[in-house]
Amino acid sequence: MITKKDVEHIGWLARIELTEEEKEKFTKQLNSILDYFEKLDEIETDAAPMHHVFGLTNVFRDDVAKKSMSQEDALQNAPKKEKGCFKGPRIV
Amino acid sequence: MKPQSYELHMLLSETPGDEMKDVIIGLEVHVQLNKLRSKLFCSCSTQYHDSEPNMCTCPVCLGLPGALPVINEKAVDSAIKVALALNCNIEEQIMFYRKNYYYPDLVKGFQISQYDYPIAMDGKISIEADGEREIRIKRVHMEEDPGRLIHVGTIDRSRYSLIDYNRSGVALLEVVTEPDLRTPKEARLFLNKLRNILEYLDVFDGSLEGSLRVDANISLAGGARAEIKNISSYKGVEKALLFETVRQKNLVRRGIRVAQETRHYDEVRGITISLRTKEEEKDYRYFPEPDLVPLRIGDRVDDIKRALPELPDAKRQRLVKQYDISDHHAKVLTSELKLANFFERVATKVDANLSATWIADVLKGELNYRGIGIDAFSPEHMIQILQMLKNDKITEKGAVQVIRTILDEGGAPPEIVKRKGLLKIEESIITRAVAEVIKENPAAVKDYHDGKNEALHFLMGQVMKKTHGRADPSMVSKLLKEKL
Amino acid sequence: MNVDGIREMVKSGKSVEEVIQSLFDKIERSKLNAFITLAKEQALEEARRVDKHGAKGMLGAIPIAIKDCISTRGIQTTCGSKILEGYVPPYDAHVIERLKADGAIIIGKTNMDEFAMGSSTETSYFGPTRNPCDLSRVPGGSSGGSAAAVAGGEVPIALGSDTGGSVRCPASFCGVVGLKPTYGLVSRYGLIAYANSLEQIGPFARNVKDVALLLDVIAGYDPRDSTSMDKKCEYTKELRDDVSDVKIGVPKEFFGEGIDEDVEKAVWSGIKVLEDLGASYTEISLPHTKYSLAAYYIIAMSEASSNLARFDGLRYGLRLGKDKDWHTTFSEIRANGFGEEVKRRILLGTYALSAGYYGRYYLKALKVRTLIKRDFEVALKDTSVLITPTMPFPAFKIGEKIGDPLALYLADVNTVPINLAGVPSISVPCGFVGKLPIGMQIIGRHFDEATILRTAHAFERNTGG
Ligand SMILES: [Mg+2]
Ligand SMILES: [Zn+2]
Repeated sequence: MITKKDVEHIGWLARIELTEEEKEKFTKQLNSILDYFEKLDEIETDAAPMHHVFGLTNVFRDDVAKKSMSQEDALQNAPKKEKGCFKGPRIV
Repeated sequence: MKPQSYELHMLLSETPGDEMKDVIIGLEVHVQLNKLRSKLFCSCSTQYHDSEPNMCTCPVCLGLPGALPVINEKAVDSAIKVALALNCNIEEQIMFYRKNYYYPDLVKGFQISQYDYPIAMDGKISIEADGEREIRIKRVHMEEDPGRLIHVGTIDRSRYSLIDYNRSGVALLEVVTEPDLRTPKEARLFLNKLRNILEYLDVFDGSLEGSLRVDANISLAGGARAEIKNISSYKGVEKALLFETVRQKNLVRRGIRVAQETRHYDEVRGITISLRTKEEEKDYRYFPEPDLVPLRIGDRVDDIKRALPELPDAKRQRLVKQYDISDHHAKVLTSELKLANFFERVATKVDANLSATWIADVLKGELNYRGIGIDAFSPEHMIQILQMLKNDKITEKGAVQVIRTILDEGGAPPEIVKRKGLLKIEESIITRAVAEVIKENPAAVKDYHDGKNEALHFLMGQVMKKTHGRADPSMVSKLLKEKL
Repeated sequence: MNVDGIREMVKSGKSVEEVIQSLFDKIERSKLNAFITLAKEQALEEARRVDKHGAKGMLGAIPIAIKDCISTRGIQTTCGSKILEGYVPPYDAHVIERLKADGAIIIGKTNMDEFAMGSSTETSYFGPTRNPCDLSRVPGGSSGGSAAAVAGGEVPIALGSDTGGSVRCPASFCGVVGLKPTYGLVSRYGLIAYANSLEQIGPFARNVKDVALLLDVIAGYDPRDSTSMDKKCEYTKELRDDVSDVKIGVPKEFFGEGIDEDVEKAVWSGIKVLEDLGASYTEISLPHTKYSLAAYYIIAMSEASSNLARFDGLRYGLRLGKDKDWHTTFSEIRANGFGEEVKRRILLGTYALSAGYYGRYYLKALKVRTLIKRDFEVALKDTSVLITPTMPFPAFKIGEKIGDPLALYLADVNTVPINLAGVPSISVPCGFVGKLPIGMQIIGRHFDEATILRTAHAFERNTGG
């Protein structure tokens, strides 16, 4: 059972501000979906967790430096910018 | 006076003294693998220091939707090298995890880091504090560097932030110690030793700005722990820890509990300030990075181990043994790989002990005084100087003068000796001067024979005067005594 | 209108520009809402260039529509979300590079469930897409825009992405062919991630031949995707009209409860057609199938909650007027920019990964995934393909299931096990319920797209498709 307080906490972790109405609704819906997920509790298994579907390992890249994007391309979609930098909110 | 500075002043005026032994310090050191050409997961250059902001980015390190990471093989090999040098156990298989948290310098809302299956665990290195101390390494792991936040003003006053992502994605190695450090000074010694090892391995250039950043955990025995985040200079670590030690002790003295919290070190004001905590460790929601596959590194370790260069401790022992120099000299000479190489180059050409003294004591001192590195001096010049000294062509004083002249004005030893008239004069000239002085000063000669030792000093002074200070004092003394 | 149809038009004297222009005329009059963005200027310019200098490559001058979660340099790419409205990628996805190199003309970006989260294309910020077979019904999802555009004759071929059925479901609902390749066959570089370990970009077309042709172009190794594998072959050359060596497995867990009777009947008659053509079939079992949906949604939502963390309004996308402190600024942007279904999945994924629940949900799901994949390996040892209904039922009404998220999740019951196992799967039309198409799903061994394409092709040719 997850509570409205749990939903508030995960909302904060996910940085999504929730309205009171959303908190109520999501608490109900999340509980019914999590109930369904409990199906997995039925199986006991010592199978190895899958990390790549075919067990692929050791994929590497050579240490070669290539040309980067232009500053213009990097900043092209920035909603706010200043002096070649992305402009962000205050920190404290 | 600003209240902060006043607070700082008051805090530091209460010297901690003996109570220092109660302090428990652990470090998380982030070092950039800045000898790599490219970043950890993309091909952008690591050489961003002279670039305009946001000129060294691509879809991957800017976290654009749809971009995917591919790991730099040499970064993994470099990390294995470091782990071996720190005497760690290397894991057979390693994995990358996502560490989920938000911060404006983080492009993807998570950092690709390691969690379970890090590259290495359980290592140790020794430092020389008061006697040799072993500092245990808890783990070593790889992760990507975030971008650089520029606060307009100070962090707690700024109205907005500017972000430069050139640094984003540079390979970092995080070295985590056990809480084995006991004083801020030990913390500094540890960092020096670590830097020394990393530079020997040729994976790190510590002279670049921001190349080493430290999170320090510090508590008093039995008390809560403060974590000081993101200290970005070697000296800063010792200062921040010193400040924090005193702050915590003062709280305890006044009966106030030390809070468990994250603090920020303000380099300019030299103090730590409380930061509202970001996520706690349990909130990071680590899970395996699905865009990367596991790496089986077990079978690369042996090859890397074989190719490992000689490390500082081993080199120090070898220098003592091979060249029969003092341990103190060997320690100074191996504190920097370039210095050790310089020494060995010189020591194969001239007397090793003479080389050790002149390089470790004299040259190093002159370099430190000028705040420059050994690169500023050529080993060939040192060989020439020491050969002249050895062959009695110049005096020790003259040799020092040659070194200073090279550092301050440039030039080559033979030319400087000539120009400054430093060539030591020959014995025949001194003999003649001695004879003249004995002849011209019968009173002093008599005094000497009457047992007045000052008379010898006076006569020596006269000989030196006649030879314009270019005579070797020991030679003058010897010849005088013979003739008297 | 298929690829050959376009080539005919050009051969018979129409200029490429006229052909492309006629498509835009049709799209602009259309009620389907299959497109979010049209690349009219770029497409017509490219058409004029081809008219002057001739076409190149396997897809020379063939128009194509691209699902809006695939990055296209210079063309807005929104993922069907308000949070990415106005975002113009400065780079092309790997598949886009390949399409351009082979002469295809991109005409626009198609509508989709927001961030591919849905099976109906109703969660798009840009409004729902309508099913060309019945405008009151959904086209399926999440690649509903691509399927509807192909089915509605607005474009001959299109790309979608398939995380848990998002190509096959709309192919089934709209009556076109759609393929989900083996995990790793097509590079994901430039595909905006929903659930990285599950998804692949896949082709849509009106016939199997065109799907094979498009796969020939987009498949292949890409060093920028660490999960990409070098396993491609020439698919169009594999379309022999012979299935006598094909051994069909029919997994009983994919029939029965919850599956519409007409759908089941149509698929069984499809299997009979293949049997008549010389293929054999046996009933088999995939015992862990009942855990697929739970495992799938846990993995997908967990990965998604992390993938979607980058949308904070700093580097691209939605930014609200005045900034506050960074926590509040991010939280308000994300609250404003994401739709309800996306929020729901991010919250669930965040919860499933959080301390104390990781082992119970995410880790457990990865273990179950191993079991499910093993089921498929065992089943496909003695059989060469598996055949099932693609969807349990035909297209439903717009709005019919939107209020009950779990019910909508359950609709993916036959498609998600395939993504968990990483195997390839194609949906081909195999009949109708009234005027609503039914899809038959043909699943193959790892990297054996050739056999499922050949089987689908033989079926299609012998049913007048
Ligand atoms: Mg770290
Ligand atoms: Zn980059």
